[in-house]
Amino acid sequence: MEPSQNSFRKGVRDGIPICIGYLSVSFAFGVFAVGWGFNIWEAVLMSFTNVTSAGQLAAVPIMATGGSILELAATQLTINIRYALMSVSVSQKLDEKVSVWHRLLIGFAVTDEIFGVSSSQSGRLGTRYMLGLESTPILGWTVGTLLGAVAGNLLPHFIISALGIAIYGMFIAIVVPPAKKSLPVLGCVLTAAALGCLFRYVPGLNQVPSGYVIIIVGILSATLFAILCPRNDSDESAPSDGKEDLS
Amino acid sequence: MTMDVGTFFLYLLVCAGVTYLIRTVPLLLIKHQIRNRFIRSLIYYIPFAVLTVMTIPAVLYSTDSMWSAIAGLVVALVLAYFNFSLLIVSLSACGTVLCAELLMRYVFHVL
Repeated sequence: MEPSQNSFRKGVRDGIPICIGYLSVSFAFGVFAVGWGFNIWEAVLMSFTNVTSAGQLAAVPIMATGGSILELAATQLTINIRYALMSVSVSQKLDEKVSVWHRLLIGFAVTDEIFGVSSSQSGRLGTRYMLGLESTPILGWTVGTLLGAVAGNLLPHFIISALGIAIYGMFIAIVVPPAKKSLPVLGCVLTAAALGCLFRYVPGLNQVPSGYVIIIVGILSATLFAILCPRNDSDESAPSDGKEDLS
Repeated sequence: MTMDVGTFFLYLLVCAGVTYLIRTVPLLLIKHQIRNRFIRSLIYYIPFAVLTVMTIPAVLYSTDSMWSAIAGLVVALVLAYFNFSLLIVSLSACGTVLCAELLMRYVFHVL
């Protein structure tokens, strides 16, 4: 059995690069949320309690337009289901002595990047290391949102207009490199883009609320390619919304 | 937007609650890796499909003009293709939109 590690300080140190990366993404989220009419404190509270990029971004329009609870819940389930896989993996990584209560705490911030760093560590991990690792990214995610929300209210309109594309730029940077390397991923991406346009421009279909479009298109495209091009166990196993290139 | 505080907190609870459960339940219950190939594949592909459908075509409406958005989108696609970092891709898209809109506003007077 490999020796376990449980230093809060080392956790914090390993989390700082993630924290820095989160500042920019959450800044863009802050701008986005106040653009949809959120108060600054609402945007900040949203980030602090969710700690998820795509999930929060999908939630904002649903909340702002008075979408149903079911739409919101189902959207979060679809977008964030990947965390379940990551938690399964983190679970194998935790020291067996970590109690249920501590697991309930650690589970709060299993993000793509926390998962990435924890799985790269040697040996089992203890509660103190995990909480140290999660602490600064949560802080960065929250503070970045605050800065973005404040900037969204203060900056002149032409700057805000330009910042409006920021979060999409990040999504593009996440999706394009893997789509370039893998034909099935490219196919899945093009399918989702085509279906997304259908749901925007075809009369009737364009009445479907945004959350359901994400669910329908996400599950259809992914199912299609999971059937056509299933992955081998030897393929890299970490699905990701990709911010790990920052960490 | 007319969202009262009570509604906001209800939404917040749902959002944060669902996400928390997704993260925590496996941490408590599942002791083995998921072996099912279809499920693994599905969960692998979902983020790409979801991020794409959130971007296309919404990105075209994220700025003051569809033309500036198209310019920003093209720049982002090209830089992402050449593996530039998240931050560079995103800031370049913003810069492109800024320049495009300044041109449209003050040189071509079309915005």
